[in-house]
Amino acid sequence: MNELDLKQPGILSGLWATARRDLLLAWKRPGDVLNPLFFFAMVCTLFPLAVGPSAEQLQFSGPGVLWVAALLATLLSLNSLFLTDFEDGSLDQLLVSVQPLPVLALGKTLAHWLTSGLPLVFVSPILAMTYQMPASVVPVMMLTLLLGTISLSLLGSIGAALTVGLHRGTALLSLLILPLAMPVLLLGANTVSLAAGNDIYSTGIWALGAYAIASLSLAPYATAAALRISNE
Amino acid sequence: MTAQLSADNLTLIRGERCLFEGLGFGLGSGELLLLEGRNGCGKTSLMRAIAGMLSLETGEILWNGIPVLKQRQAFHGALVWLAHRTGLKGDLNMVENLQFEASLRAQSNRDQEEVFARLGIERLKRLPLRSLSAGQQRRVALARMLLAAVPLWLLDEPFTNLDREGRTLVMRLVEEHLAAGGLCVMAAHQDIDVDAPVTTIRLQ
Repeated sequence: MNELDLKQPGILSGLWATARRDLLLAWKRPGDVLNPLFFFAMVCTLFPLAVGPSAEQLQFSGPGVLWVAALLATLLSLNSLFLTDFEDGSLDQLLVSVQPLPVLALGKTLAHWLTSGLPLVFVSPILAMTYQMPASVVPVMMLTLLLGTISLSLLGSIGAALTVGLHRGTALLSLLILPLAMPVLLLGANTVSLAAGNDIYSTGIWALGAYAIASLSLAPYATAAALRISNE
Repeated sequence: MTAQLSADNLTLIRGERCLFEGLGFGLGSGELLLLEGRNGCGKTSLMRAIAGMLSLETGEILWNGIPVLKQRQAFHGALVWLAHRTGLKGDLNMVENLQFEASLRAQSNRDQEEVFARLGIERLKRLPLRSLSAGQQRRVALARMLLAAVPLWLLDEPFTNLDREGRTLVMRLVEEHLAAGGLCVMAAHQDIDVDAPVTTIRLQ
């Protein structure tokens, strides 16, 4: 048996296959995907009911509420990122594959973002209406959420990987991720507020983009290392 | 014959317990390494250490003379791992599971249908795995092992959940794999009847 002349699968095929498998699993279990989305929608619609219908107040608090809800919804969905793989042994299979582990971790995170982050972005305009957000601000908010959720999924994958071996690691996961997620929250919410106040907001967008790129380039390696440690 | 997979002076400590100390072995092409011992004696830990999933206290594992930690991907590309938890997704069917597997390691040019027929799972292709019995799921995991084009099989308790005929089949498969020049490390409780050179390590 000669292993040299065998064609090993390429790196990109590992990335896509992992992402595709997780998307397929999400498709077969839509409840897991809809839960965080439902949570996001609930928080955002209940808030105006609780604080009252004053347009001024809602416009003022809208960006903050939307962003906090998005952050919490993402945290909620992160817990299960590696948990099922850990329980059914597929994490072991990922660990002993010919593919570099960061690539597989990135594939899983990509699927996570597509099923939890991206839907939030698309639902947010409808929820923004309850906060009387001006139409010109809505695209800005969507852009901040788009960039922000990318960072949150990537950073969250580190926490999810670190806590995967612990039972009920949800609280710990949130504690680990919150310091890293704080800049995303501050930048996101404040950028939308600035846009709503007709101020210059582009700095916030650039900073969010930079944060997303930094997460994209560093998080997969940290996640892979964390997975190896947790799975010992 | 020179050993393709070898280990020297392995020591593993889990918590307060020393599972084994100064353990070594050498395994060449066509040979079977059998790990025996009672429950909890460290068979699975040793298997995981060989697969590179557990870090050892001392010693190292060599693949073709190079430490596996220095060539992790090349080594992982040369092995298949079958453990108690099959690593298959219950929500997906057999074909979807094996399709994903094809992106994780090189696939042999064996005919899939033939492999399925041999394992007796050719009629289960479209069913989600969670609806299959534990033994049938194990057979799907065996199909994954057969379809991977790798020299080294790491089998941790491969007979779990299998019926008598299935257990014999596993032994025949291992035999064929070894006859074709493969290597196999197996942890097992039952008597093994394999026509190949066997090295046995009994863990205390």
